[in-house]
Amino acid sequence: MLEIIKTVPIEYYLLYSTVLFCIGVFGVLTRRNAIIVLMCVELMLNAVNLLLAAFSTYLGDAQGQIMVFFIMVVAAAEAAVGLGILVMIYRNTKSTDISLLDRLRN
Amino acid sequence: MTLAIFTVLAVISVITALLVVFSKNPVHSVLYLIVTFFIIAAQYILLNAQFLAVVHLIVYAGAIMVLFLFVLMLLNLNQDTEPQKSSAWKLSAAVASGLLFITLIGALKGSSVAIAASPNPEVGLVKNLGNVLFNDFVVPFEIAGILFLAAMVGAVLVGKKDMAV
Repeated sequence: MLEIIKTVPIEYYLLYSTVLFCIGVFGVLTRRNAIIVLMCVELMLNAVNLLLAAFSTYLGDAQGQIMVFFIMVVAAAEAAVGLGILVMIYRNTKSTDISLLDRLRN
Repeated sequence: MTLAIFTVLAVISVITALLVVFSKNPVHSVLYLIVTFFIIAAQYILLNAQFLAVVHLIVYAGAIMVLFLFVLMLLNLNQDTEPQKSSAWKLSAAVASGLLFITLIGALKGSSVAIAASPNPEVGLVKNLGNVLFNDFVVPFEIAGILFLAAMVGAVLVGKKDMAV
């Protein structure tokens, strides 16, 4: 049995991941630079990944870690496409301020 | 000892995550996020998910964050010229994320988590993960490959200078 399972309760991982996730949510809500918004999304994805890996280890089931791989795939694809769109937006507006991007509202 | 390592790593990563959100210079944000990712990789090692830790380092610290830094330098945004949101907006965002935190903690507090009596400690090693990935998860693996291809083509198409489509 792993040392970590005996000494660190799974609730600590729940708390830790929730804190990281909420920091990511706060960043997405407050920042206006689109790159930092994308980075905060990555932070939220990582919080979820960490919790999946923790449960996978604590339950002795590899499926949680496989799910982490798929989340990494989605995160990498999201970052590539998101940054591509961002470069395109920058070419058109000369800014990465997301509050300029409310034209769909009208 | 393990608990102490876990706690120190957790506290440092929460601080660096807060610095990602609060630092004015975007380059500093990227660098703090890289530190956060390294600490999360250390947490994976602590969980004996060694393959996951290495893949995490390669994918996140090696690829995604370099991409972020590259775009940041390309767009020449490495100075703190970002316009700030109003303080009322910031306060409401803090209240909203705080409420989300309280809700999640409250929802998870009473739940009983079933821990296996003696979980297999080798669950995170390459051999075991490879067996599971290529036996039970072959179809999702292939679909992930197609998703990557589509994302790559989409990124190149979006990033092209003249969209002659």
